[in-house]
Amino acid sequence: MAVKIKVENLNAWYGRNHVLKDINLEIEANKITAVIGPSGCGKSTFIRCLNRLHEVVPGARVRGHVWVDGQDLYAPGVDPTEVRHRIGMVFQKPNPFPTMSIFENVAVGVRIHGLKPETKLEDIVERSLRMAALWEEVSDRLYTSGASLSGGQQQRLCIARALAVEPEILLLDEPCASLDPISTLKIEDLLVELKENYTIVIVTHNMQQAARVSDYTAFLINGELVEYGPTPEIFTRPRDKRTEDYITGRFG
Amino acid sequence: MLFLTVLATGIALVPLASILVYVTIKGLPALNWEFFTQLPKAVGEPGGGLGNAILGTIILVLLAAGIALPFGILTGIYLAEFGKERLAFIVRFLCDVLTGVPSIIVGIVVYSTVVLTMKRFSALAGGIALAIIMLPLVARSTEEMLRLVPRSLREASLALGATQGRTIRSVVLRSALGGIVTGAMLATARVAGETAPLLFTALNSRYWPTGLDERIASLPVYIFTYSTTPYEDLHRLAWGAALVLVSMVLGTSIAARIAAKKVNGGK
Amino acid sequence: MNKGKDIFFLQVTRLAALSIVFIILVMAYELFRGSELAFGRFGLGFITGSEWDPVHGKFGGWPLIYGTLVSSLVALALAVPLSLGTAIFLAELAPSWLREPLSFLVELLAAIPSVVYGLWGLFVLVPWLRDVVQPLLGKTLGFLPLFQGPPLGVGMLAAGMVLAIMILPIITAVSREVLLAVPQSQREAMLALGATRWETIRRAVLPYGRSGIIGAIILGLGRALGETMAVTMVIGNRPQVSASLFDLGQTIASVIANEFSEGFDKLHLSALMASALLLFVITFSVNIIARLLVWKVSVSQGVSRE
Repeated sequence: MAVKIKVENLNAWYGRNHVLKDINLEIEANKITAVIGPSGCGKSTFIRCLNRLHEVVPGARVRGHVWVDGQDLYAPGVDPTEVRHRIGMVFQKPNPFPTMSIFENVAVGVRIHGLKPETKLEDIVERSLRMAALWEEVSDRLYTSGASLSGGQQQRLCIARALAVEPEILLLDEPCASLDPISTLKIEDLLVELKENYTIVIVTHNMQQAARVSDYTAFLINGELVEYGPTPEIFTRPRDKRTEDYITGRFG
Repeated sequence: MLFLTVLATGIALVPLASILVYVTIKGLPALNWEFFTQLPKAVGEPGGGLGNAILGTIILVLLAAGIALPFGILTGIYLAEFGKERLAFIVRFLCDVLTGVPSIIVGIVVYSTVVLTMKRFSALAGGIALAIIMLPLVARSTEEMLRLVPRSLREASLALGATQGRTIRSVVLRSALGGIVTGAMLATARVAGETAPLLFTALNSRYWPTGLDERIASLPVYIFTYSTTPYEDLHRLAWGAALVLVSMVLGTSIAARIAAKKVNGGK
Repeated sequence: MNKGKDIFFLQVTRLAALSIVFIILVMAYELFRGSELAFGRFGLGFITGSEWDPVHGKFGGWPLIYGTLVSSLVALALAVPLSLGTAIFLAELAPSWLREPLSFLVELLAAIPSVVYGLWGLFVLVPWLRDVVQPLLGKTLGFLPLFQGPPLGVGMLAAGMVLAIMILPIITAVSREVLLAVPQSQREAMLALGATRWETIRRAVLPYGRSGIIGAIILGLGRALGETMAVTMVIGNRPQVSASLFDLGQTIASVIANEFSEGFDKLHLSALMASALLLFVITFSVNIIARLLVWKVSVSQGVSRE
C-alpha cells in the first residue's frame, strides 16, 4: 500500500477567508479517495490545491506541502504547469472546447506538451477515448464538434482529454453533479476501472456515490479535516460525532 | 507574450498622450481674456478671439439636447416597457442603424430638408442635425438603464395598485435617473465635438449669435476652417479652440463616468 | 382619471419612438431623391467611373470608393494588432488595479472630437511622416509600389494612421468585452491540462471569442468608412487611384465635406448626394454584419458580466 500523495499542513485562503485549515492526510496510490462534506466546507478548494489550480484565482493563497512521490509540489522553483501536466482534472460541469472537434479536444493536451517521438496522435486519441469508454460512441464522428454530445458523453470526453496527457493522478470535482443517473453510473464504473492505473481523488456531495465507489473517504467541515479513513469504516463506524451526523443526514 | 501585449497597449496610448500634450502646449498660449470675449478679427489683423464660437457651441449643444433629450428619453422608456412589440424591435434596430450613419450624411439630409425649406442656414438646422445624432444614443442608454431596475421594484409598485404609467414615472425612472443623466451627459459631450453636421446647416459666423434662424459660429467648425488656412495666427487660435473644446468634451465625459460610478456604487 | 392620463403617457412614448422611424425614412428618401439626377445620367457607371472632375461635369465614383477602402484597410492593418494586444492585456493579463484606469484611458481616445484628431494629424503627424517616416520607408521598402513617390506627409498613409487611432478604442472595448465573457471554466480546463497562461489565451480564450472579435473589427471598419473630418484634413483631397500610400487621395466622406459647399451645379450636388447614398448603404451593411456577429456570440454562449 503505497502513498501517492502526502498532504502536510495544507492551508488555503481566498483573500482574507481562511478556507482550508491545516489539512494533513495521505492518499493511497491506485485507489479512489472521496472527499465529502457540506456545501462550502472547502472540498473543491482542497483538490484544486492538489494540482495548483487554486492559486490561479487573484487573491488566492496556499501554504503547506503536497508531496507526490516524495516531491513537494509547492517547493520553490516548481513549475505549476508541469504539476498540472502530471495531475489531471475533470470539472463539475463538462467543459469541452466548443470550437474544437472531438479529436482535437482529446489531442490538445498532447499538442501543448509535444508529441513523443515514435507516437502517433491518432493512436493516443483512440487509446484515451477507449479508456474513457467513449470510443465506440464517437469513433465515426471524431471530427465533429464536441458540443454535439450529450452531457454524460461530454464528461467522458473531458475524462479522455485529461487522460491523453498521461497523468499519474486524476482529480474529479463533483463530475456527475450535472448528469443523469445512468451517465453517473457509467462514469462511476469507469472510475473503478481506471484506478488500476491511476490514483483518483473525487469530490462529491453525493454520499451514496462516495460509499459505492471509493476506497477511502475524507470528511471536511469548514475547511477542517474531521475524519479520514477506509470508506466502509467511515460509513458504518464513524469515530467523530459530526461525521455520523452528516452521514445520517442530520445536516448538510 | 506579456511583453507584446504591454507594448501594444503602450503604443495605443502614445497618440492619446501626444494629442493631449500638444493641444495643451499649443493651445494654452492662445487662451487669454481676449480669446473668450472677442470676435475674430480679419486676417492679418492682430488679436481677436473666438468668443462667438464658444457661445455658439454652447447654444447649439443646448438646442440639440433640448430636442433630443425629451424624444430620446421617451423613446428609451418605450423600448424598455414595450420591448417585445414588433415596433420596438424595429425602433431598436433603426436606432443602431442611425448610430452608424456617418454624421456628414446627417448634415446633408438636414440641409436638403430644413435649410432648403427655411431658405437659410441657421442655428436651428445645426441643432436639429446634432439632435438627430444624439437621439439614438440617449434612447438606447435610457433603455439600458431602465432595464437595470430590478423587476421586484416594479412589481412592488404594481402590487400597491399603481398603474403602469405611474409605476414608470414615480418608481422606475426615479431609480434609473442617475444612469439616464449619465447617458445624456455622454451623448451631449459627444455631439459638442461634431463638425461635419454643422458644415452645411449652421455654417459659421464671424459675429455674435443673433438668433436661432441665423448662422452661428462654433468651435469645431472654426478649428476646421482655421487649420486649413496658411496663417500662423489662425493656427494658434485653432489650437486654443481645440483646447477649450477638448476640455469641455473630456470634462463632461469624465464627470459623467465618475457620476456613473457613484450611482452604481451606491446601489 | 389616472388611467386616462396613464394611457396618454404610454402612447406618447410610442409616438416618440416613431420619431426614429420618421428620421430614417426621411433620410432614405432625401438621399434617393437627391441622387436621382446623377444615377440617371451615369447609371452604374457612377460606381465604376474612374474620373471625378466637377469642373468638367465628370463624376465617376471609383476613386472615392478606392480611397475609402484603402484608407480603411490601412487603418485596420494598423489598429487590429494593437487593439487585440491591448484587449488581451486588459482582459487577461493586467493586474487588477491597472485594468480600470487603463480601460478608461483607452476610452478617452474615443471621446476626442474628430476635428481635433485632424488638427493634431495635420500639425503633428503629417510633419513627422514627411520628415521621418516616409523617407525611412522610401529608403528601406521603396521597391514596393506602396511606398513610392515624394514624401508629402499628407495623403493616404496619414489618413490611414489617423483612422487607425480613431478606431482603436472601439475595437479594443468590444474585444475586451468578448474576452471577459469567455467562461472561466474554459480557461480552467486548459490550465488543468498543463498549459501556460499564454497557451490558454491562444488555444481556449481567443478561439472561443473568435466571432465576437471579428464583429469588433468590423465595427471598427464601419467607423473608419464613415469618418469625415480627420480624414479630410490630412488626405490631400485629390480624387485619384494610386498604388502608393504616399500619394494623395479622397474618400466619399471627405469629398462631400470638401465639395458640398461649393457645389458647382445641380449635377455636382446630385453626384455628391449619390456618393452619400453609397456611403450610407456601405456603412449600413457593414454595421449590420458586425452587430450580428457580436450578438451571436453573446446569445449563443451566454453573456456573463463578471
